Amino acid sequence: MISQKKEAVLIKILVYSGTILTLAILVSVAGYILFKGIPNLSYKLFEWKYTTENVSLLPALINTLLMTFLSLLFAAPLGIFAAVYLVEYARKDNRLVKLVRITAETLSGIPSIIYGLFGLLFFVTALKLRMSLLSGALTLSIMILPLIIRTTEEALIAVPVEYREGSYGLGAGRLRTVFKVVMPSATPGILAGIILSIGRIVGETAALIYTAGTVAEVPGSLFDSVRTLSVHMYALSSEGFYIKEAYATAVILLVIVAGINILSANVAKRIGRRMNDKN
Amino acid sequence: MTKIKINNLNLFYGSFQALKNINLSIEANEITAFIGPSGCGKSTLLKTINRMNDLVEGCKIDGEVLLDGENVYGNMDTTLLRKRVGMVFQKPNPFPMSIYDNVAFGPRTHGIRGKAKLDDIVERSLRDAAIWDELKDRLNKDALGISGGQQQRLCIARALAVEPEVLLMDEPTSALDPVSTSKIEELATSLKEKYTIVIVTHNMQQAVRISDKTAFFLLGEVIESGNTERLFSVPRDKRTEDYITGRFG
Repeated sequence: MISQKKEAVLIKILVYSGTILTLAILVSVAGYILFKGIPNLSYKLFEWKYTTENVSLLPALINTLLMTFLSLLFAAPLGIFAAVYLVEYARKDNRLVKLVRITAETLSGIPSIIYGLFGLLFFVTALKLRMSLLSGALTLSIMILPLIIRTTEEALIAVPVEYREGSYGLGAGRLRTVFKVVMPSATPGILAGIILSIGRIVGETAALIYTAGTVAEVPGSLFDSVRTLSVHMYALSSEGFYIKEAYATAVILLVIVAGINILSANVAKRIGRRMNDKN
Repeated sequence: MTKIKINNLNLFYGSFQALKNINLSIEANEITAFIGPSGCGKSTLLKTINRMNDLVEGCKIDGEVLLDGENVYGNMDTTLLRKRVGMVFQKPNPFPMSIYDNVAFGPRTHGIRGKAKLDDIVERSLRDAAIWDELKDRLNKDALGISGGQQQRLCIARALAVEPEVLLMDEPTSALDPVSTSKIEELATSLKEKYTIVIVTHNMQQAVRISDKTAFFLLGEVIESGNTERLFSVPRDKRTEDYITGRFG
């Protein structure tokens, strides 16, 4: 039998080593990419036009931002309103609610290449949207929808029931209660879900190769094929000639993801505050 | 004058009957206390008065609750009903917004705009809730940053801001320390001049201290009701006597 003190020491060791190991892995991955990538960064990589000569990543970078924006434009309102319905409006024994939850959970476990295949068959072929920015964004928005619904649901459920009671008790209706009291309190949680979604969009390749194609140019319209940074990296490294440039691209990708996360966290804070002030 | 009259009220949660044939009158400008052990239905009855039970799924009500002679379960709009019948909850529940916005929430709900008007309402309500002096310099601060006792008085101010006729208080001091509790009690006593107050309490001393009338509940029934002093000194029912002398509860 081990004494309490020994047990405490043991747990302490486990906790600390877990933390240190996790940190070490993250640092070494990021460090490795930075180490291999930074020396290969050059102004050539940021030229406006992509050629096989300069393998510029700038068009892909712009495409990534466009893809992210467009996917969120479709998925965020839909997902947030769906979650509001599920939590605030639907009755608890409603069959539709259960169905939507099961569907969302199932969808969130499906490998992204299957979304890609679906996008190819449905958006690209059946709806004749071609391999394009639009097809890609629609496919990705389906992919992130379950994530947004579930995180929003959790954020709404976490809002204390006392807030709702207080609001109803003052004569406010459901609409006012949801939008003036519940949603502002849930904003940070909702935005956390959106940040996660951004991470998935930026990191996605499989679903996009089938639906958005691999043209490394800034699109002239929604119906042009585009390649995002992740796809760009995949293309560079699979071709085998541009491994160094692929690392450099990885650095940029890393910086973008970190940047988006910091930015969204700040926006979340500010929006939360502003909505509270304006009531 | 009778402000609220409850006639033959039965309330069911699914198949469970939480209130059984309640008949009760509540007088204007008095404090009426509902007492009784946990789960006796006193809070449930309180919530039938402003129809907060409407929010509970599977809740069914028959009978009447008359507010100035008009059945609140008739064609009355719940928004208007809850403007006339305000509520203060067990746990202080200020919204996560500024103190000012908390108080202004109700008036804004009922369509009052205009800064000057709202400023007036906020000041008057906070004064009525005896908390203006403590909060006047930090109206724009987050309401969650003040103490529990202050939060509860803020919630009272928030309820008063829509100029209700009746104030329902659901164990408003059960989460508070003794000093805050006595402040709320003093406040309730001063508010009865303008409002009709119904308070649910676990604390019999509290009922004795502040209420004019008392109703004693047991297992979903009103066992006895009447003048507070009389009910606590010469209870007519054996069960009331057992409860107020501490034989159960």
